Amino acid sequence: MSEVSSIDHVQELLAGEGYVCGRDLATVTFLALRLGRPIFLEGEAGVGKTEIAKAIASALGRDLIRLQCYEGLDAASAVYEWNFAAQMVAIRTAEASGGADRAALQEELFGPDYLVERPLLQAMRPHNGGAPVLLIDELDRTDEPFEAFLLEALSDFQVTIPEIGTIKAPEPPIVIVTSNRTREVHDALKRRCLYHWVDYPDFAREMEILTSRAPEAAEALSREVVAFVQRLRTEDLFKKPGVAETIDWAKCLLALDVLTLSPEVIADTLGAVLKYQDDIAKLQGSEAKRLLDEARATLEPA
Amino acid sequence: MPEYLPLEIPDDPKLTQNITWFARSLRKAGLPIGPGRVIDAIRAVEAAGFTSKQDFFWTLHACFVSRPEHRTVFAQVFRLYWRDPRYLEHMMSMMLPAVRGVQEERAGQAGEKRAAEALLDGANQDVPEGLSDEEEGTEIEIDASMTISTEEKLRTLDFEQMSTEEIAQAKRMLSRMALPVQPIKSRRMKADALGWRPDWRATMRNSMRQGGELQMPAKKSRRIRWPNLVVICDISGSMSQYSRMVLHFLHAVANTKGAGWAKVHGFTFGTRLTNITRHLATKDVDAALAAAGAEAQDWEGGTRIGECLHSFNRDWSRRVMGQGAVVLLISDGLDRGDPEALAIEMQRLQLSSKRLIWLNPLLRWEGFAAKAQGIKAMLPYVHSFRAGHSIATLEELAEAISRPDDLGEKARLMAGMDA
Repeated sequence: MSEVSSIDHVQELLAGEGYVCGRDLATVTFLALRLGRPIFLEGEAGVGKTEIAKAIASALGRDLIRLQCYEGLDAASAVYEWNFAAQMVAIRTAEASGGADRAALQEELFGPDYLVERPLLQAMRPHNGGAPVLLIDELDRTDEPFEAFLLEALSDFQVTIPEIGTIKAPEPPIVIVTSNRTREVHDALKRRCLYHWVDYPDFAREMEILTSRAPEAAEALSREVVAFVQRLRTEDLFKKPGVAETIDWAKCLLALDVLTLSPEVIADTLGAVLKYQDDIAKLQGSEAKRLLDEARATLEPA
Repeated sequence: MPEYLPLEIPDDPKLTQNITWFARSLRKAGLPIGPGRVIDAIRAVEAAGFTSKQDFFWTLHACFVSRPEHRTVFAQVFRLYWRDPRYLEHMMSMMLPAVRGVQEERAGQAGEKRAAEALLDGANQDVPEGLSDEEEGTEIEIDASMTISTEEKLRTLDFEQMSTEEIAQAKRMLSRMALPVQPIKSRRMKADALGWRPDWRATMRNSMRQGGELQMPAKKSRRIRWPNLVVICDISGSMSQYSRMVLHFLHAVANTKGAGWAKVHGFTFGTRLTNITRHLATKDVDAALAAAGAEAQDWEGGTRIGECLHSFNRDWSRRVMGQGAVVLLISDGLDRGDPEALAIEMQRLQLSSKRLIWLNPLLRWEGFAAKAQGIKAMLPYVHSFRAGHSIATLEELAEAISRPDDLGEKARLMAGMDA
């Protein structure tokens, strides 16, 4: 897995995919690739935790396998399941054709033909072009039992299917676990991973991200948008806007052919940035204008 | 972990030592770091090399930090340590004895006090007072023949009017109580012969056991799980006697195994919000409440309900209420803040909880009416409004909590408000 030679190399590779990341995240990614350890990314929604998995996968030319977590996720939907309906049809067919050989039938029924592979098992399989990237997204949405189940899968990279045997990954997948921190994930799982808290980017980095993700936007508009969002994040909001919202907003403004921000434009498109009624209500009236003026003031010296 | 041996140590063995010492400093500063992580860190540094101090920082950061709140501590220790190790040692030697001294004193106190009391047989005037209140843990001998009637009397007595002896006994009664709750249906499945969904996986396994003979399909049904309990307790001056009793009760609920709750989170507020969940897990009730008391520095101060609920909604609500939590708000609702802001926060709290129950000790007065501004603002947003000033009322609460449609006194008071 030593396709990456240095931290700079990682940063370059990711930038090639339109993912602008700081030295900090590049260091963690480099270590994860070099040491074969999972990365555990925590941070507010919309700061680019999921994106980095996609960027790594496409930069290294690997397959991306995504396991979206939800409450009630269990082993059957995460690892494997048998295709029971097909198995029963097979049994009936064998009976109808008469005198089926039992041992052979059993062999066939619990063979690869009837196995439905789910993300974790897929990630253990050999892939063309190297081990895949396994994204375990929003781990905080599952319950503790599933988290405990993951402990084993993540440390040994093998899955046991009673009828077939143990399937071990020829090369451990590159694992990226993300969490929005709606609850605390157990330390045992974090211990097996390299931890990183993904923060909101500073002005310069957010500008870089926006230029790379929405290159059609004029620079003057992008600067205003970023300055305004950065200013907005210092307000006492229920949900602060993430980078994803900044990009969305810039695209919205582009679609409306807006050249420069004004309180009216902000009022019309605020839904792209703020997602709670309480927060939107806060920016009613002259508040938006005040924030915009303040944001512009920070731009002046540059 | 045999796979980590043999370890290729970098050319300069001093670095390994230094990282080990750095890890020790972090551990002293409160980060949970085991030896496994130190080995990881050394391997990581080996892999990343030394191109710049920044890379070195993030390499160690990735290995040693596992919670957002540890980032600042890490950065500080890093800054000091990798400048001059002796400086940190010096700082530590200056800082630690004081900190450690306090902790040792606090940890030892609960048991120590009771031991002293036990030995001195009540003549304990010169034992230093703890942060918890005076009477906790006092053993009182009660004539068994009298117990029933005393308990009966205590059940309806107001917490504020109890003598110290009665308080001690009430606490023992409280510690036996629990809040039985209705379970929530989970999306997880379990095998259930009376279930209504066919379980094809189990059916197939059964049939293979019989050599491929198909039989009645096995059934499954949804597993049940228990909700979380979130208690937000007012500890301002006007509430002090009640909140102490309720916290006692809360400790009992949090520590009763199999009482139904998945997790019990506790918060206290007066002028600011404090999370005391971690302290509730301490088995000894005195130690737990003392630790909670030390953390919440606003005991018996003023109340700012609106601001405290705001910080709960912003910082904690999404983390502790995600899985259908029942919220118990304990407060007298006497707030001088802006009633509109308070109403907004109450509404948010109600919307994010499965059920919001307000315990208000003021309800003990007959003919109590919602006249105070704060109460008027809060009342419309609670699911249920109940009294909480005596053991009997807490017992009623235990009964009401499993009735999802229980309103308590809310309807009566709302009607009174309109009039």
